[in-house]
Amino acid sequence: MAHPAVLEPPAEAEPGSGVYNEKLGMWVFLLSEVMFFTALIGSYIILRFGHPEAWAAPGKVLNIPVTAVNTFLLICSSVTMVKAYAGAVDGKQEALKLWLVLTVIIGATFVGIQVYEYYHLIEKAFIPSQGLYGSTFYTMTGFHGFHVTMGVLCMMFVTWKAFRGAYSATDYRGVEVIGLYWHFVDLVWIILFTIVYLI
Amino acid sequence: MEQATHKHPNYIAVWIGLAVLTAIELTVAFLPWSKRTIILVLIFLALWKALMVALYFMHLRFEPTRMRILAAAPLPLAVILVIAVITEFRW
Repeated sequence: MAHPAVLEPPAEAEPGSGVYNEKLGMWVFLLSEVMFFTALIGSYIILRFGHPEAWAAPGKVLNIPVTAVNTFLLICSSVTMVKAYAGAVDGKQEALKLWLVLTVIIGATFVGIQVYEYYHLIEKAFIPSQGLYGSTFYTMTGFHGFHVTMGVLCMMFVTWKAFRGAYSATDYRGVEVIGLYWHFVDLVWIILFTIVYLI
Repeated sequence: MEQATHKHPNYIAVWIGLAVLTAIELTVAFLPWSKRTIILVLIFLALWKALMVALYFMHLRFEPTRMRILAAAPLPLAVILVIAVITEFRW
């Protein structure tokens, strides 16, 4: 029997992996995303090792305190997301809706703070065409921000469905699948925050 | 299918762990250590945090073994890619 944290809804399961189709599909998508971000990180490493003089010391150009707050927010949003999932599994509709709304708000706040960060960096003439530092910074954080934005939009759809009573203790597939995506986006940011801002 | 007793991992404990590790990262980044030491410690902490998210928030720890193997499939490829580009400047 599966662990209670991953109880399978009564849905068609793939015989090989033992999980339902939507979940397997999301995992396969996320695995392709691992390689996508690894390619970006690999490119970043080769450029940074090759031209270390093009990068400023941590905190000289990028605003680490603001980004640290944003990192904390994204971690918080992962908790609210997983609490929404727990609410769905336990059949607690009010908890599901509350935690989903909080996740949307925190996710949108993350995007807003990133836009604020970009605005001030551009004001200081730190732009994508500034050089290797600027181009790699905007490419990596921009692609991640795009993923977060898409996640917020999908989460809004799932939240709307939750308010219409689409999820229950016997079918919470939509909540779990968007949750996997959301946690992955958080996971990627944990890596990016370290290598782009702190190193 | 049982719906009566759903025991979830302690998500708040994981959250506190992630917050504490982030605070440690921010401290380590500005310590007067050698650059190489700081990079190694920060990467270790980042991977630790990423593992916590994957194991507890994405529930990989509780998934069937076959599912975990599937999730780990691209990791060797990712490591090969990163090592390959690093060695570009060593050889």
